[in-house]
Amino acid sequence: MLAETLHVTPAWYLVLGSLLFGIGAVGLLVRRNPLVMFMCIELMLNAVTLTFVTFSRMLDDIGGQTVVVFVLVVAAAEVVVGLGIIVALLRKRPEATADDLALLEG
Amino acid sequence: MVELFVFAVAGAVCLGGAVGVVASRNPVHAALSLVATLFGIAVLFVAQEANFLAAVQVIVYAGAIVVLFLFVIMFLGVDKAEDLRVEPLGGQRIAAGVIGAGVVALVIAALASTDWEATGVTSGVGKLAKEGTYDIDNLSEALFTRYLFAFELTSVLLLIAVVGAVVMSRRVRKADEIVDPGQEERAEEIAERIARAESRAHVFDEDGTPAAREESEASEDQEVPV
Repeated sequence: MLAETLHVTPAWYLVLGSLLFGIGAVGLLVRRNPLVMFMCIELMLNAVTLTFVTFSRMLDDIGGQTVVVFVLVVAAAEVVVGLGIIVALLRKRPEATADDLALLEG
Repeated sequence: MVELFVFAVAGAVCLGGAVGVVASRNPVHAALSLVATLFGIAVLFVAQEANFLAAVQVIVYAGAIVVLFLFVIMFLGVDKAEDLRVEPLGGQRIAAGVIGAGVVALVIAALASTDWEATGVTSGVGKLAKEGTYDIDNLSEALFTRYLFAFELTSVLLLIAVVGAVVMSRRVRKADEIVDPGQEERAEEIAERIARAESRAHVFDEDGTPAAREESEASEDQEVPV
């Protein structure tokens, strides 16, 4: 009985993934440092990839892992462009927060 | 029992790192907490037979993306602790907590309502593991057959990202701010050439001296780099 209840099911991974996603979402809403906000986005992306891998094993389907590869590539491209914007912004105003993003206008 | 232990440890590391990202006052600490989370997720990938993705996760995320974050933090000198007690918008944290808890509750409720199977529909691309193959065999087969076009498109995406990053992080300077390291040497050389041309003009054409000088000044204007 104990071994049965302590058996790790895919549901555990899914709950962990949703918790990570929630923490990332809260961080994105609460923090004002653009770099930390970006890290929270990475956190949310990773929670989703964990979910994809879990479903991949649960359904015995390689499609989920394939999607994770594409998510990785898109995340890398996103980080490169996003950090480029943040560098351009913080070079002008090192103490800039998310409230100062109007600086990017024109 | 082993999987339970792995899940408990890796899950705790993941959640601890995630909380560290959100709650760290210093961006460097947040980046290091992110590494902990990414490693924990890589371990969970291994536990779910996604060995190739676990390796890619460590190499790309922990090895490249977080290092890029740290580079930017150190390079711009923004690695100062910020005061998190200040809350510029009243009630924002409570609202964010409510929204976050709501998102988590919604996802868990949706999964639980389907008995943790979601739709249960497979993609039809292929099985996770056939007889005597590993995840990387099937993954590469899917990537290079069914998803070949998308795979090639990602290379274009990466190229665009590289060009975009170079354009955006380039510092545009005004022409008079540009420091040319060889400028003085070239100016000396040009002055020497002008002197030689003037002396020759004296030798061969005594009446045309002012004209020769004007010409040499014009050439000086052209040749001096801005």
